[in-house]
Amino acid sequence: MDLTSLTLTELRHALRTGQTTSAAATEAIINRIVAVDNQVQSYLTLADELAYQQAEAADQRIAAGEETPLLGVPVAIKDIICTAGVETTAGSKILDGFIPPYDAFVVQKLKEAGAVIIGKTNTDEFAMGSSTENSAFFTTRNPWDLRRVPGGSSGGSAAAVAAQLAYGALGTDTGGSVRQPASLCNLVGLRPTYGRVSRWGVIAFASSLDQVAPFGRTVADCAAMLQVVAGYDPRDSTSLNEPVPDYAAALTGDIQGLKIGVPEQFFGNGLNEEVAQAVRTAIDKLVGLGATIHPISLPHIRYALPVYYLIAPAEASANLARYDGIRYGPQINGDDLLDSLKKTRALFGPEVKRRIMLGSYALSAGYYEAYYGKAQKVRTLITRDFKEAFTQVDVIATPTSPVTAFRIGEKADDPLSMYLADIYTLPLNLSASCGLSVPCGFDSQGLPIGLQLMGDTLQEATILKAAYAYEQATAWHKRLPVLQSPSSPDEEE
Amino acid sequence: MLTLPEVEKIAHLARLHLTEAEKQQFQQQLSAVLDYMAVLEQLDTRDVPPTAHAVPQQNIWREDYIEPSLTTEDVFFNTSQHEQQQFKIQSVLLDE
Repeated sequence: MDLTSLTLTELRHALRTGQTTSAAATEAIINRIVAVDNQVQSYLTLADELAYQQAEAADQRIAAGEETPLLGVPVAIKDIICTAGVETTAGSKILDGFIPPYDAFVVQKLKEAGAVIIGKTNTDEFAMGSSTENSAFFTTRNPWDLRRVPGGSSGGSAAAVAAQLAYGALGTDTGGSVRQPASLCNLVGLRPTYGRVSRWGVIAFASSLDQVAPFGRTVADCAAMLQVVAGYDPRDSTSLNEPVPDYAAALTGDIQGLKIGVPEQFFGNGLNEEVAQAVRTAIDKLVGLGATIHPISLPHIRYALPVYYLIAPAEASANLARYDGIRYGPQINGDDLLDSLKKTRALFGPEVKRRIMLGSYALSAGYYEAYYGKAQKVRTLITRDFKEAFTQVDVIATPTSPVTAFRIGEKADDPLSMYLADIYTLPLNLSASCGLSVPCGFDSQGLPIGLQLMGDTLQEATILKAAYAYEQATAWHKRLPVLQSPSSPDEEE
Repeated sequence: MLTLPEVEKIAHLARLHLTEAEKQQFQQQLSAVLDYMAVLEQLDTRDVPPTAHAVPQQNIWREDYIEPSLTTEDVFFNTSQHEQQQFKIQSVLLDE
C-alpha cells in the first residue's frame, strides 16, 4: 500500500481496520518529506521526534478501540499557530527562534483527538500575502508547477497537502489565505464563520478577520479537520458558544432543491476566461444535481478590497506593536530604548512594514474617521449585502481566485496587483459568512481551478454538503501533481 | 501624494526604522494604495453604523477565579534579558 497517496479518510479506514499503523503512516510521510520537500519547500520546521511519539500513542488508542476523526493521522500546522516546544515564527525574522510555552486551542484539540503533528508550514510573514513570497525564510513552490506560487498566505500548508506531505493541514484565512491556496493547489479549503474556531494561541494579524481554517484533499477530509478544531473556547472572547454539528452527517450527496445564488459582480473584469468557464460549468453541474440557480446582487462588493486593506492593516499595526524584542525574538541594541525598538522592528519584512505604515496612517489623528471609520461603515453595508442574499439563497457560488497559480516573482513588486489576488475571497471575511473552495477543473496549462461556495453564519454543513455532492459527481480531486525526480535540474533558480 | 515628512512621521508613530530607500519606496506605494481607497468616498455612510466585528458579541464575562498560568521559567524562556524575575530593558529615565 502506498500510504502517502491515501486521503485522510482512506487512511482513517486503513487505521481502523488494522491495515496499517499511525507509526507506519508517519514514517512514510516523513520519508517523503525528506525525499521531495527540498523541491516544494512547504515545511519550515519538522517535529519528527514528537510526531513518532504521538503516532505511537495514537496506535495504542486505536488498539484500545477508540475512534476520533483524526486519530493517528499526520497533519501539518501553519507556522502562525503556536505549538508548545516547537519553534513558531509566523514566517518572520522578528520571531526567529521563538519557542511557544503553550499550544494554541486548535493544537490542543488536534492532540486530544490523537492527530500526529508533523511540523510547521511556511507562510507569508504574519499571514500578509497571497503567494508565500513574503515569507522571511523562502518561497514555497506549487507542486503542480514548481516555477509557480502555491498561493498564500497558508501556501506551505496547501503545498504540503497537495504534495502528499500531510493528510490534512491547518491554515488561517484572514482575507482568503486558505481558500485561495486551496484553489491554486487542487484542494478543499474551508474558512469557518468568524468565532466558529478559537483564535487562542494563533499569532494575531487582523483580529476582527482572522480565523483558523482547514485544508484537505477531499471534502470529507476537510470536514474531519473542521470537526476536531471547531468549538467554544472561553479564552477567545469572540468564540461562539454554539453547538458543533456532525459535519460528516451533512455529506449525503443530496442537494435537491438547494438554492444557489450567482452574483454577476464576481464574473467581471480581471477574471481569467478559462477560470470563468470552469466555474460556470461547475455551477451547471450543481443544477444537474438538483440545485436551483438564482441571480443575486451584492451591490457593495466592489468596495470590499479597499475596506479590507484599511481594516486589516489598521488592526495589524496595533497587533504588531507588541514586537519589541524584549520578551521574545531577536533584539537589536541601539543608543537608547526607542532606538533599540525601532531597529529591532526593522527586522519586519517589506510587506509587513508597508501594512504597519498603512494601518498607522489610517488610525492616525486627522485620518481616523476618513479612512478607518469610513471602512468600518462600508463593512456594515457589505455585511448587509450578504445577509440579504442569504434570505434568498442557501449558497453563493463564485470563482475562488480570478487566476490560476501565477509565476514566482510575477506580482512580487506590485503590492496592489498582489492584493487583487484575494478579490473574490476577502468580501466574505468582512461579513459573518463562511466559505470554501473545492476543485472544479484545470486550465490549458494543467493548473487547478477552484469553485468558491459561500454560506450564511454557521452554515458550514450546508456548504460542505453542496461541495461534497459536486465532488462526488466529478473527478478533479482525484488528480495528483507529479513531482519531478530529485535529480532533475530546477529551472529558473 | 504623501510627503516624505509624512512618511517619516508615520514611521516614527509605528516605531519603525526605515532606510532612505524604504522611505522613497513607501512614499510611492502607500500613495498608490491610498488613491485606490478614495473610491470609498463615493458612498454616503452618514446613517450607517460601523462594524467592528462580523459576529458581534458584547459583555463576555467569566467568574473571577484563579486559573493556572505560565511558570516564570516559561515566561522568561524566550529572552536572555531578565533579572530577578523581571524583564530588563535600557534605561527610560537617565541621570542628569
